[in-house]
Formats: sequence, C-alpha cells, structure tokens
Amino acid sequence: MIKTDALIIGAGPTGLFTAHQLKIIGLDCQIVDNLDKIGGQCIELYPDKPIYDIPAIPECTGEELTQNLIKQLKPFKIKFHLNERVDEVKKDNNNWEVKTSNDKKFSTPNVIIAGGVGSFEPRKFSLKECEQFENKSIFYSIKDKKIFEGKTVTIFGGGDSALDWAVELSKNSKVNLIHRRDEFRGANATVDKVHELAKSGKINLYTKYQLSGIGGSSNLESVEITHENKEVKTFKTDYMLGFFGLIMQLGPIANWGLNLNKKTIEVDTEKFETNQKGIYAVGDICTYPGKLKLILSGFHEGALAARACFKLARPNEKYRFEFTTSSKTIKNRLGVKSD
Amino acid sequence: MTKITYIEHNGKEHTVDVQNGLTVMEGAVQNDIPGIDADCGGSMACATCHVYVKDDWYDKLDEKNEGEDDMIDQAYEPKKNSRLSCQITVSDKIEGLVVHLPEKQV
Repeated sequence: MIKTDALIIGAGPTGLFTAHQLKIIGLDCQIVDNLDKIGGQCIELYPDKPIYDIPAIPECTGEELTQNLIKQLKPFKIKFHLNERVDEVKKDNNNWEVKTSNDKKFSTPNVIIAGGVGSFEPRKFSLKECEQFENKSIFYSIKDKKIFEGKTVTIFGGGDSALDWAVELSKNSKVNLIHRRDEFRGANATVDKVHELAKSGKINLYTKYQLSGIGGSSNLESVEITHENKEVKTFKTDYMLGFFGLIMQLGPIANWGLNLNKKTIEVDTEKFETNQKGIYAVGDICTYPGKLKLILSGFHEGALAARACFKLARPNEKYRFEFTTSSKTIKNRLGVKSD
Repeated sequence: MTKITYIEHNGKEHTVDVQNGLTVMEGAVQNDIPGIDADCGGSMACATCHVYVKDDWYDKLDEKNEGEDDMIDQAYEPKKNSRLSCQITVSDKIEGLVVHLPEKQV
C-alpha cells in the first residue's frame, strides 16, 4: 500500500501543474496515467500543434508545454505510474483506497481527477463477435510477436502501427493488410516498404476493404472483408490485429459514485471538489457554471484543489498562503537560495 | 442562418437553424443534438464528431482538409461518405444539408 497526501489521476498539463501546487505548499503526491508517457492530450493528440493561449507564452506546441511543465516539476522528484489505469476508488475510513490496473494500491485522503476526456484506449473492431476472441486471437497491441510465427495474421488499419507491424510480421508470418482506402497515413518510407512487400507477394494488400465478418468457434478461423463496391472476400486467418488509433473513454471513473454531467464531473468552484469529500476534479473533465475547457482554467482549478487537499492531509496544521517570490519555506522546497 | 438536418442512428430527425460561420459540429452541440461528442473541441484531433453526409450532398461540400481522412480512419465504422462535422463550415451554400449520425462515436 502506497501512502501519499494526494493522488493525481492524469499526467496532462493540469495534472502536472496541480502536482506543482501540491509540492509548493508542502504536500507530497504521486501521479497515475494510462498512457505510456507524460503529457496527456497535448502529447497524444497534438504534440506539434501550436497553442496560443497560455498566459505569458505567446506560442508553444503541446510537446513544448509538456516539457516546460516537467521542467517546472524537476525540484520535486514526483513519482509517476505510467501505463496504469485507476480502476477502483473506495472509501476506507478517512482515506480513499485506490487500485490500478496493475494491482498497485494507494491510500490517500485526497484524489484529484485530472483525467481530460477520460483514459486513452485503443479503438476496437465494431463487430460484436470480435469480443469473444479478444486477447486470444484478436489484439489491439502486441506484447509477444513470437506467437505469430508461421501463422496467418490479418492486420487492419492504415497508420504507422498497422504498417510497421505488417512489415515486421511479414518476415515470419503470412500477412494480410486491410485498409479502408488507398492512401496510408504512415511515414513515407514505411508506406513504400509495404508496397514493395505487396509487390513481391510478402504482404497481401487489400485496400478499400473493411471487416464485415469473422468465423470460428473456439479459435478464430476466418475473416470476411467487403469492398467499397460491395464485393466480398473470405479467407483463413489465425490472428487479427486492429490498429485504429486511440479513443478517449471515461471508463471506470463512471463507477465511483460521482455526480456526472454527460462525460464530465460536477464540482464546486471553491475547492473543485466533487460530491465525494476528498475527491476533486480539475481540467477538461470537470464542469461547473461558466466552465471553459482551456489549459489555463485547469491550472487555476488545480491550484485551488491543492489548497483544499491541505486540510485533509494535515488536519492539525493551518494552511498559510505564501508567495513564491518571498517565502523562504517555498524556496527551500524548490531548492533555490533565498536572498 | 442555414437549415441543417441531423438524423440520429435511430432515425430521429433534428432540423435546426445554424449560424453561418459555425461548423456543422458546433450546430449540433449548441442545439443539444445527441450523437456528436466532439471530444477535442474541433481541432481535428479526434474522430468523435463523425457523420455520414447524405449521398447527393457529399460532392457539393468543399473538399476534405488534409489530415481529415487520417482521422476518419480512426472513427467508428467509417464509410465512403464519412466526414468530420467540425470540418464542414456552415454557409448559405449548404442550406438544407442532411447528415446521418453513426451508431456511436467511441
């Protein structure tokens, strides 16, 4: 059981700055995120797109913003738990007991949800029948490529993941690559490589086709695809891989007894607390009258939620407001010399 | 104002007046039409404002922007007449546009 003053769910800009605010006022915290990297939507959705409305930063990309926030957190050595989704939040006396998808357990008086639009999950095949084979013969990511050796693998998708795996697996497997249109969105060199392998018969390429059916009882046996012009093809396959990018889902958050409004969590505007004492929501995932989905709003919300955490984490102490420009205590925490 | 008709997957029709200059996505969101999520807020970074444009309308719309098809690859059940509604700007030119909403966005 990991004990901490506050647990932050989400390592996007709001979660990162909230961590900064907690550390500044002398609380410790840890951050959990389902992605494999820090930065949230800024990194996953628009790393190269410029942002123009961060106060005092005329222009920066999602990646630059993330790098700067990480730099700002450097004095604090914050523990990140990446590739982990928070699955359960349960009341345990005065604390919240939090469990992640990797079975890590936390005990904390404060949980701050900075989850954006939810956790990123791979988009799956829309065909219902696919569920029964999921993680057996249908995969959305690859952990062990050895299982495909000597087998027939049918890959769906037109981005880098689909193309990279088609090229890689074609070395030791029979590969079918299926995409809904002629153009691919992968790196040019990989696209060229795929066409080359298709020409030499190493990859069977089917474009303008989409999945329309699967066959098999205990194991996946066949796949049926349909062309734009309705022509149908069926062939044998041992495995199917789908690479359709990531979607954002509220996921387990919906089960924690919080008041939800569409896909957002209702909070007050003093502490950014939800209807559950000690659970806060900040950034895009929270809602209140006048809410703006701006990064700068997330920063404000995190700063106030952090102060609210103090009361529950240090019930016998009084929080005293201090400026970073003048406070010796804060400068010590930051590891900078005071005048 | 331009009339746009959104038809939900269950067949329920919503015809609303949308201010010119907004996008077809914004028209749906502002009128509380269910079935458009628009998670990224219109920056063409997700595919949750996905619509099917009624066939005779598809060719009348401005060409897709660069990158739109890449996002549509990641939509739920894309078809030949798929568009991201955040990339269709409302103007007199599209008076009467009809879009069908997919079964779901995510």
